[in-house]
Amino acid sequence: MTATAGAEQAIGRLAGRHRLRPLEALPWVIAIAAYFLFPDYLPLGAQVLIMVLFALSLDLILGYGGIITLGQAAFFGVGGYTAGLLGAHGWSEPITGLLAAGAVAGAFGVVTGLIVLRTEKLTLLMLTLMVNVMLYEAANKASTITGGSDGLQGVVISPVLGLFRFDIFGRTAYLYALAVLFLAWLLVRRIVHSPFGRSLTGIRENVARMHAIGSPVLLRRLTAYTIAAALSGVAGALLTQATQFVGQESLSVDRSGGVLIVLILGGFGRLYGAFVGAPLYMIAQDRLSALDPSYWPLAIGALLIAVVMLARGGVLGICDTLIAWLRRRGRP
Amino acid sequence: MQDVFAASISIAFHGVALAMVLYLVSVGLSITMGLMGFVNLAHGAFAAAGGYVALTLMNDLGVPFPLSLAIAAFSVGAASMVLERLLYSRLYGEHELSQVMFTIGLILVTTGGAKAIWGPLSLPMHPPSYLRGDVDLWFRSFPTYRSFIIAAGVVLVTALWLGLERTRFGAQVRAAVDNRRMAQSIGINTSRLFTLTFALGSALAALGGAIGSEIWAIDTSYAQEHLVYFLIVVAVGGLGSIRGPFFASLLLGVSDTAFKYLLPEFGAFFIYALTLVLLLWRPQGLFGRA
Repeated sequence: MTATAGAEQAIGRLAGRHRLRPLEALPWVIAIAAYFLFPDYLPLGAQVLIMVLFALSLDLILGYGGIITLGQAAFFGVGGYTAGLLGAHGWSEPITGLLAAGAVAGAFGVVTGLIVLRTEKLTLLMLTLMVNVMLYEAANKASTITGGSDGLQGVVISPVLGLFRFDIFGRTAYLYALAVLFLAWLLVRRIVHSPFGRSLTGIRENVARMHAIGSPVLLRRLTAYTIAAALSGVAGALLTQATQFVGQESLSVDRSGGVLIVLILGGFGRLYGAFVGAPLYMIAQDRLSALDPSYWPLAIGALLIAVVMLARGGVLGICDTLIAWLRRRGRP
Repeated sequence: MQDVFAASISIAFHGVALAMVLYLVSVGLSITMGLMGFVNLAHGAFAAAGGYVALTLMNDLGVPFPLSLAIAAFSVGAASMVLERLLYSRLYGEHELSQVMFTIGLILVTTGGAKAIWGPLSLPMHPPSYLRGDVDLWFRSFPTYRSFIIAAGVVLVTALWLGLERTRFGAQVRAAVDNRRMAQSIGINTSRLFTLTFALGSALAALGGAIGSEIWAIDTSYAQEHLVYFLIVVAVGGLGSIRGPFFASLLLGVSDTAFKYLLPEFGAFFIYALTLVLLLWRPQGLFGRA
């Protein structure tokens, strides 16, 4: 192979990075098949899809931006309460409710991002955590608005597009969440393959160099933080609309930790970790908690430790390793 | 006027008792974070383990209180050494994300394990008869057990500080915190030092958890529930500092007690807000070096 051919190949690979591969249809095929195969589990299915969206938003800042946050549930909760308060006070149209939730969570992301993103490492970790716990306390104390620890009652959501009522079998909720997730996935995919996404990865890999080539590091990080906050808010709003309820649990640090676990189990910084981690986490939680309350934390904790110690890339990383190994075997 | 004075004394007394527990549990975390740069979110699990061991020995086996404390500190310290060698040490110098996720996993495993062994309820703490009731000072009386917490805290803190100032081991630890490479190149076995320091920190946490179980009940969510406070102590005190976390503990213990007493509605909120502002003003903590 000549040098120019090698260069051309590399250019071709770089230019083709964003092209859709057939394998990328797989999650959607599975999601639609699941709708028909497991009609009794659609409420759980909707929760899984919402968790995928939440973890996808985290992947944008953690996997691509390299920002470790212990407080992503703050945005999930802000979105959830926005949608809930709108629904409880007469604005029951779901899609505008979703957009409003995204906008409010995004605005909250700009404000908190401007504060916390000026720091790094442990301080950044602490500040994201502080924002989360402060918001949790505030929601608890403002019980006249949020319903406090009882949660917000009386959330009314109209049919989607005026046609599809939220039913008790979770059919509408499932398909609605799937549609929103698909749009969000298109957006995030576009972002990570854009020049903006590349520079974000550059900041993750080497901040000093990105500063040196004149990249506006804080602005890039803030933009990613805001987009992720808005998407997390949309995920929270989806949960509120699907369950017609929003509780303080949506703001809890447990949820911030949970979404981190989902992303690490699936594999971070690869767009599809959320799609693998969320079903694994949610279905295991559903099954194991039914058996014994101590099984679930034991199992997920042990799995998490095993992933960190043995397989940094999560489930998708294991798949990559396997495929590479098979290819090597196939070609002696 | 009399009331204000009495209230201030109460807040100071109970605040200092809480501060002692906070410091005993958190000081090990500060050393591990400063020495190894390890974000150990699971540190509270060692305090909970100490509490579980001591209370089980006292309540179920009738072991005397001081012996229970000693066994708890020793066994947790020994167990933490094993953990450090087997798991923690593999992640030294690794990306924070790995450390954060590993220690979250450890919290979950210990939570589930505690739930399986001791059940979901918190363990009752019955102080021995000689530590019940009140002690009379010349102007008023104080609960005996809380006074014991403060006294035990003062003794342990003094021993720790003297140990780190005056012994060879202490000098090695200080050298390694200051400059690990330099310490290594003058022949200090830093890996052994890490293990010993880690065990010492865990044993102190176990003592803090056991002694403090009258203030913070020992239950399955202990490590998770109080994690924010331990992190505040370490972050505000300054990583790797021994004295910083002490003053941070006093600040947090007294202000937490004061807020709960005066403004029960907004207690935790103000603490978190204060921490946020403090960390923005001094990201390296009050006593950390820039």
